[in-house]
Amino acid sequence: MELNTIEFDESKSLERLKHFLPGQASLKDFVHHNTLHAFQHDRFYAGLQQASQIFGYTTYLSLDEYRSYYASRKIIPEVLDRVILAYCKKSNPNATAQDPLFHNWKERVLNQEYDIEVRGVIGKGRKIWKDSYGLNMNKVVHPTLFRLLSGFLDQGISLWTFPNNGLPFLEGIKSLEENGLVSFFKSKRSRQLLMETDISIEKLLSLLIANKEWYDDYIFEQQFAHPGWSGFVAVVEKQPSTLLSPRQVSLKELIILELLLEIDAMDHKFGPDWKPWSEMVSTPPEPLFQKTTYSEVHEVLQLWQEAFEWSYFDGVLKGMQGVNPPVTQQKKVSFQGLFCIDDREYSFRRHLENVATDCDTYGTPGYFGVEFYFQPEDGKFHTKACPAPVDPGFLIKEKGRKNGFKKDIHYTKHSHSLFRGWLISNTFGFWSALRLFVNIFKPGISPATAYSFSHMDKHAQLGIEYQGKEEAGLKVGFEVAEMVTRVRNVLKSIGLTENFAPIVYIVGHGGSSVNNPYYAGYDCGACAGRPGAVNARVFSYMANKPEVREKLKEEGITIPESTIFIGAMHDTTRDEIEFYEEDISDSPQALLHEENKPLFHKALSLNAKERSFRFDTVNSQWDQEKIHQEVKKRSVSLFEPRPEWNHTANALCIVGRKGLYKHLYLDKRPFINSYDCSQDPDGKYLMNILSAAVPVCGGINLEYYFSRVDQQKLGAGTKLPHNVVGLFAVANGIDGDLRPGLPSQMVEIHDPVRILFIIEHDPDVVLRVIQSNPSVYEWIANEWVLLTVKNPENGMIYRFREGIFEPYVSLGGELKKVKNEIEIQSAFYKNDPVLITN
Amino acid sequence: MENIVHLFVIVPVIGFLLSLIISESREALLSKVVFYTIGLNLIVSMGFVIYWVADGAKNFNLHDWTVYSEGNFNFFIDFYFDEIAAVYLLVGNIISFMVSVYSRYYMHKESGYKRFFNTILFFYIGYIITVLSGNFETLFIGWEILGISSFLLIAFYRLRYLPVKNALKVFTIYRIGDVGILLAMWMSHHLWHENITFFQLNNYELVNEHLTSKSEIGIFISLMLLVAALAKSAQLPFTAWLPRAMEGPTPSSAIFYGSLSVHIGAFLLMRTFPFWEHQILVRWLIGGMGLLTAVITTMIARVQPTVKGQVAYSSSAQIGIIFIEIAAGFYWMALIHFVGNAFLRTYQLLVSPSVVTYLVREQFYTYEASEIRENPRKRLNRFKSAMYLMAVKEWNLDTFIFKIIFKPLKQLRYFLGFLSLKSIIGILLPLYLAGVYVAYSKAGFLADSKDYLAGIAGLLALMMVMKAYNERSSSRLAWLLLVFAHFFIDLAVTFNDHLDLKEAGIYLSGVALSGILGYWMLYRVRAFEKHRIGLNSFHGLVDKHPISAFVFLLACLGLTGFPITTTFFGEDLILTHIKADQYLLATLVSLTFIILGIAVIRIYTRVFLGSFTKNYQHPTELSI
Repeated sequence: MELNTIEFDESKSLERLKHFLPGQASLKDFVHHNTLHAFQHDRFYAGLQQASQIFGYTTYLSLDEYRSYYASRKIIPEVLDRVILAYCKKSNPNATAQDPLFHNWKERVLNQEYDIEVRGVIGKGRKIWKDSYGLNMNKVVHPTLFRLLSGFLDQGISLWTFPNNGLPFLEGIKSLEENGLVSFFKSKRSRQLLMETDISIEKLLSLLIANKEWYDDYIFEQQFAHPGWSGFVAVVEKQPSTLLSPRQVSLKELIILELLLEIDAMDHKFGPDWKPWSEMVSTPPEPLFQKTTYSEVHEVLQLWQEAFEWSYFDGVLKGMQGVNPPVTQQKKVSFQGLFCIDDREYSFRRHLENVATDCDTYGTPGYFGVEFYFQPEDGKFHTKACPAPVDPGFLIKEKGRKNGFKKDIHYTKHSHSLFRGWLISNTFGFWSALRLFVNIFKPGISPATAYSFSHMDKHAQLGIEYQGKEEAGLKVGFEVAEMVTRVRNVLKSIGLTENFAPIVYIVGHGGSSVNNPYYAGYDCGACAGRPGAVNARVFSYMANKPEVREKLKEEGITIPESTIFIGAMHDTTRDEIEFYEEDISDSPQALLHEENKPLFHKALSLNAKERSFRFDTVNSQWDQEKIHQEVKKRSVSLFEPRPEWNHTANALCIVGRKGLYKHLYLDKRPFINSYDCSQDPDGKYLMNILSAAVPVCGGINLEYYFSRVDQQKLGAGTKLPHNVVGLFAVANGIDGDLRPGLPSQMVEIHDPVRILFIIEHDPDVVLRVIQSNPSVYEWIANEWVLLTVKNPENGMIYRFREGIFEPYVSLGGELKKVKNEIEIQSAFYKNDPVLITN
Repeated sequence: MENIVHLFVIVPVIGFLLSLIISESREALLSKVVFYTIGLNLIVSMGFVIYWVADGAKNFNLHDWTVYSEGNFNFFIDFYFDEIAAVYLLVGNIISFMVSVYSRYYMHKESGYKRFFNTILFFYIGYIITVLSGNFETLFIGWEILGISSFLLIAFYRLRYLPVKNALKVFTIYRIGDVGILLAMWMSHHLWHENITFFQLNNYELVNEHLTSKSEIGIFISLMLLVAALAKSAQLPFTAWLPRAMEGPTPSSAIFYGSLSVHIGAFLLMRTFPFWEHQILVRWLIGGMGLLTAVITTMIARVQPTVKGQVAYSSSAQIGIIFIEIAAGFYWMALIHFVGNAFLRTYQLLVSPSVVTYLVREQFYTYEASEIRENPRKRLNRFKSAMYLMAVKEWNLDTFIFKIIFKPLKQLRYFLGFLSLKSIIGILLPLYLAGVYVAYSKAGFLADSKDYLAGIAGLLALMMVMKAYNERSSSRLAWLLLVFAHFFIDLAVTFNDHLDLKEAGIYLSGVALSGILGYWMLYRVRAFEKHRIGLNSFHGLVDKHPISAFVFLLACLGLTGFPITTTFFGEDLILTHIKADQYLLATLVSLTFIILGIAVIRIYTRVFLGSFTKNYQHPTELSI
């Protein structure tokens, strides 16, 4: 990269900075993304090494961890050999496992001691303040800066908000400063500079630094001394709607204010006469962006990581090899269900299919192809109900809500004012002891619980039909033609175009938790971090509408009159389900539905039991009902930092027919998007599937990966000491930087492997499809997600590497067969990752 | 029946010792020990209080173990039970019990699970001793335990910079409070000529008789108590430490800074109320400080954009009101207010992560776009802006403390710059020996100038601790200076009022033991690391040298006069050799004690805490 230009280009510099800053929006809009998205234009391993050398990020597990996995056979020796051999072949195509080269590397991988400190270049330049000026600049400037910024952005914690609401950040600061009595500067000059009209980053830097060559890196390092705040400001600048109460702020303003505070700190310490960096520093600060230097430990870690990933994938592919999924059988299906592709839904579907043997389930992104904003009754805002990048033009409104917003005096801000605080502490203070006691010994749902089923009221009506009204530029409801397109696209993409069962359930999902700032991360990612109930209901409504069915019939999809769609939502934390059956209560299928309900409940209970394998405080030997109760309790206990494990262990994304995986036990590791390649020979629907699944699943997967391997810089660390800032983020203590990323309690038992896509189709078609979408292709070509294809014609599996598909041959040996749940459980504890179930 | 009170102390001590020997991996057993320890105390204390109330709620005093007795110096452990003790005991038990049950799941898998519960139990012991104490000496034991356990819990995430920095800050403020108590004890020896119990303070005739003749001594004692109370209860000007203490896991913040620890200042005032009841000036002062705190911290609380900061400041404001209530003599009102405030703030802190869900939902359903923009130049709005800014700047409380404490200390950085690790023995040791010779020589030469010599020795001690506080390069030099400072204090007191060898031995034996132990640990770590361990940055070596770190911590405690060696009451003892009118010498000695404590903990934090190195070799703790 040519970065150290002599002329300072402010906008270019800011753009580059924004590109590297963490991109996490407000807590309520929690959406997963690749934490190292800035390096995605590079190959995965190269990007990791660069990120590590520039920013000091830890990008792999530690050698000790890999080696202990090897000792416990979680990393399979044969796979490691294969990986090392493939590596050797890069430099010598004829290398064999007998060569000294091979043994040399194997020795390094297994036994060589390295103690390489992860030390990035970033932050070194900032040491100049301490070394040459004896000033701890961060310590002096950060508290004031953070306080002003958090006061300005605060969404509703403080009682006394930043005065002069509505002005942009720097203007607001100016008008505060004009009070004439109190200043937050300690000396005059910065104050005068702030009031000047032509204030610019460059001008301020000329005072502090003076050497233009260093400007770029200087502001980069300055902002990376608090990446959490800078990243959040950049997100708000780009996407103001992430704050309900709007704020105008830009990264540029933040930098200007910080530079002013730095000048102020210098003036305060040295008086008005001090020398800029260029006159104080003899050796120039190390440039940030340099070519990465070769590092043996990185090569070793890369080999381990590769071996770790394929140790799992090999078993999965072995289970899929040779199986030719049977053509859709003409059996009688009792009911069908559409579920989200989410990994948490996979295990539920598996149990459901075991309990109700003649049912059939499908996976598709949980917004069910209907994109809109949702406005609950009395809600002042619209919330997006589709994947975050989509910009919907529709609005669905809720009417006739029965359970509205409930108040709770303990959260009222008035307890923080003087007299009411006195009153409240003398009265409700006693009450709170009781509340705490009850919650500790008998937890239950309270107004503070993020409860998935309260997102939309089951008994309320939804305005789905377009009646000519528009609000805020959005169509209120859908027209028939619009409904037809959406229903058709979903049904075609999953291959459900005939053999409709009497009931088709559309099951969204959401999560419930309490005392959990990350609650939005528990909900459906395809619904922009909200519960998917509304989408499920809207889709069912559309598919039940006779006019829509008529049009679909013209397009070749015949939904018989005896088929009915029922919306539902699965609470993944509590393993409960709610059906939106009111709409169809007088239909003849109501009775069938009543028969199905117990099957769902049984499957949920089994699912809860399987999840309990990963809960240390729940004994999986208990009675099933008791386990389910304990699992539910986790979602409402104030003291439970792990109500559920979310996407922990995610590792696969399967795009294909059920025959591919039906006979396998894949724990809760795959995302599954149902897809019938026989109905889509030229890959039109595959294209749609991948352009959503690759960034979404890849984003989830990599955020888990990086939060797991670097808790401190890429993850949010343990959530136990977190302090909520302004309702939009968390920080440590009251002086700390914001902490984007996932907390340890979400990722600590996650196995950080890249996600492997397994697509069922002809490799040539897949290659054409992925190459036609450059952004999807970047993910795959640079191996931030891995790709294999199973050709249904010949049953062969191909691995995508270096731009081509090459046949993949699994290691020999058989997968372990299990007959029942007890065997699954014991295999789970023994770390047998892939099993054959029947 | 009264003897049951002993149980309240013995049970947690046993529980604490048990918790120390259980291995880290046995989470369930650890939490059980804590559960039964505090649970048992809770049940017994409830039964006891019911019985006691039914029996007429008569105050009683338990004179226990006399630790040391010489002339009219009589150091004994004493317990006192009245309604204040009863309320504090019950609230403390209820909150500690609930928080420990809460933490049992909340802390699950956290590295440091054991350390957390050790510290909670240790804190709990300190709390119980404090609220049941019957004299200053006993109270001081509990008080010191509270201080150190606070430090350990704030620095729970001990390899991170901010928690460690803030823990040191809070410890510093606490240290000021400690010395307030120490000086109050010193003066009260001279006032009563005995070790007074709180029970005796209720005797109006006795108090009145002593105070009428020496009213200035009375005022001095009251002021020192007030300083201690202000520091501990986060009142002005010390308030800024409270929000900064919120660095540990949320339950520890809840139990310490939301409820129990922060109300101990109010407890001290209630406990000593009969003493200053008739000092009108002091009552106005206490009420005034309370009012000032209530007003200012409410303003600060109103602008806080973080949940914990808000709870901290509003809690401190309520304690301000409690101070007013105490000063006005409405102590039942104060007690009720204490209970309500403690419960409310504990709960608010424990549910603090929930505000996101609750308030975002509230905002979603009740939001109204902001009102029309007002002209910022209008005089009223300008005043409002100024007040807002003052509140955002926390009324400069933090910088104020920095200016009066840290800055003067730091400005003495270059003082005594010539001392080095090698020269220290060569210079200070002969100087000390010469001093000892002069002090104990019967020859009587220099006898007239002994007063001056006392001052000089005291001043030297103060210089040494200051030098140690500012030392940047050598941890061992700093450590030795601190040890020597104790010896020079001893010398000063010997010049002043002939300290006999037994007393000197009591005071110095703990110092010597801790000094040697601490030096040894620093030496060991230095030898292992093969590089200098400067004090200019944090080294975070606790990870690599956990045992040395622990032993060094014990040595630090010993050196600061913590109740684990004889130095604890040695400090108290030698203070009695400073006469009531020797304010200068008393100031020198107490300043030395304050700074010594800070400097010792500073060495511990710099060497063992506050940073960590990441590498690809070992798995890092997840909880960083």
